[in-house]
Amino acid sequence: MAKQPREQWATRTGFLLAAIGSAIGLGNIWRFPAVAYENGGGAFLFPYLIALLTAGIPLLIMEYAIGRRYRTSPPAALRQMARPAEAIGWWQVVISFVIATYYAVIIAWAVRYIGFSADQAWGDDPEGFLFGTFLKASEEPGFVSGYVSGVLWPLIAVWVVVLGILAFGIRRGIETANKIFIPLLVVFFVALVIRALTLDGAAQGLDAFFRPDWSELTNGSVWVAAYGQIFFSLSIGFGIMITYASYLRRRADLTGSALVAGFANSSFEILAGIGVFATLGFMAQAAGVPVGEVATAGLGLAFVAFPTIISEMWLGGAFGVLFFVSLVIAGLSSLISIVQVVVSAVQDRTGMRRIPAVFGVGGAVAVASILLFPTNEGVYLLDASDHFINQYGIAMAALVGVIAVAWFMRKLPELQRDADATSAMRLGLWWRICLGIVTPVVLGWMMIDSLRSEFDENYEDYPTGFLLGAGWSVAIAALVVGVLLSLIPWKASEGGLSDLDMESLEEAEGNRKGKRHGKGDR
Amino acid sequence: MSGGAIIMMIIAILIVWGGLGLAIVQLRRHPDPGPTTEEATLPHAE
Repeated sequence: MAKQPREQWATRTGFLLAAIGSAIGLGNIWRFPAVAYENGGGAFLFPYLIALLTAGIPLLIMEYAIGRRYRTSPPAALRQMARPAEAIGWWQVVISFVIATYYAVIIAWAVRYIGFSADQAWGDDPEGFLFGTFLKASEEPGFVSGYVSGVLWPLIAVWVVVLGILAFGIRRGIETANKIFIPLLVVFFVALVIRALTLDGAAQGLDAFFRPDWSELTNGSVWVAAYGQIFFSLSIGFGIMITYASYLRRRADLTGSALVAGFANSSFEILAGIGVFATLGFMAQAAGVPVGEVATAGLGLAFVAFPTIISEMWLGGAFGVLFFVSLVIAGLSSLISIVQVVVSAVQDRTGMRRIPAVFGVGGAVAVASILLFPTNEGVYLLDASDHFINQYGIAMAALVGVIAVAWFMRKLPELQRDADATSAMRLGLWWRICLGIVTPVVLGWMMIDSLRSEFDENYEDYPTGFLLGAGWSVAIAALVVGVLLSLIPWKASEGGLSDLDMESLEEAEGNRKGKRHGKGDR
Repeated sequence: MSGGAIIMMIIAILIVWGGLGLAIVQLRRHPDPGPTTEEATLPHAE
């Protein structure tokens, strides 16, 4: 099998749109507004911005630098840094595998709700419609007892679209899709926000969202919430950015790209906060209750609160279509990046070509998703898996990863030189302090905080057996499988993706200083 | 809306959206150089 050259982004804009598309996901729309509201409203902006600048963007730069330097997926990149660190890479790959299986299901629900919005199929009971008529959810959490065709078919369609895009590769698939998705998402969401701002009660909602409660700034949990929000919304910690950056050109500006991606993600979150709370203000006014009583997040916000509002407003159907199409687009661009982590890791490991890898490996993710989640118990499995893989998968892997890179391998100075060699904005000591001290301390604190509440009471009051089977075991299995995969003897694959010789730092530095700017890459 | 909420909304928009604008301007002022010699000569896997 002949060696294949590694794919590359066609343009810098293409890479940025893909990175932004990955970062902007369902959490931006349904998580950020509620987190900000519950943690000081307008005052939350300060811890949020500090978290962005001291953890979010530094981590983005670190992952870009690792991906660009080693030009390979997380397991191989970390292996090149230190042999045992390969396990962290595979751990991230397994986490991506798990997340992809249930993330696709939420997109499938949103696809169905585009249609439901047109005739407001939920009638006057959106909650009963969601769990009863649509999901046919069982009374109690448990494991698969039957399939729900209304979720199964759209889920298959979602997987066909995602694997189809991935099959076209980095440039013609992911890059082209994001060049369409992101502008479309912005147009749809801006239209939604404009409509939301014209609703009665919008000002009441915005007041609740932005009114600062300064006393909250002395509350440690508010700061933990800010770092958690930045961390979970930027797609960092589970290999996506390392994977995407591995397709960058040698001389790409890493620091500038990270700043754009980080601020773009936060800009969308602010927009989402305005849109969601203006809409909730309308709902609160219609019900004659304070905004606090209708403020919610997650599935409840998207599939219960918004349908309720859609039913109450003039031209609600069109508003619903805008909202659920936005959810689908934001979800798809993120799902594509999550599945690409798994596909590229196997490609780099085995030398498999793209098409067989996409349909073999991506197909395996799709089959797992289709077998487990469009079921009567799917919503419970999804909820438990999501909670545990986020807290004890993504966050734990990121904590271990950043400590390994900063303290055990001591690679930060090297990565900093690499980033500085091709970036207009230089990193300083602050970057190493943020990654070596601030991020591990905050992530460690988040972990302790989360574990404490886990042992205080069962998550969502689910039965302990169910949580062990669908939550803890999933998070622990991701780690165990990751370690086992790293123990399989690694032999240089004959058809492996070839790596270009790494340009020396001095050469890159010389190029940067000499401003030998050839063809613009934007 | 209360005065505090309006001020915080304006500050949030200015800092976050302004930050994005400045980051884009900064990046556009420094276009990446073209591909390295090796990158230019190797065919890209598609």
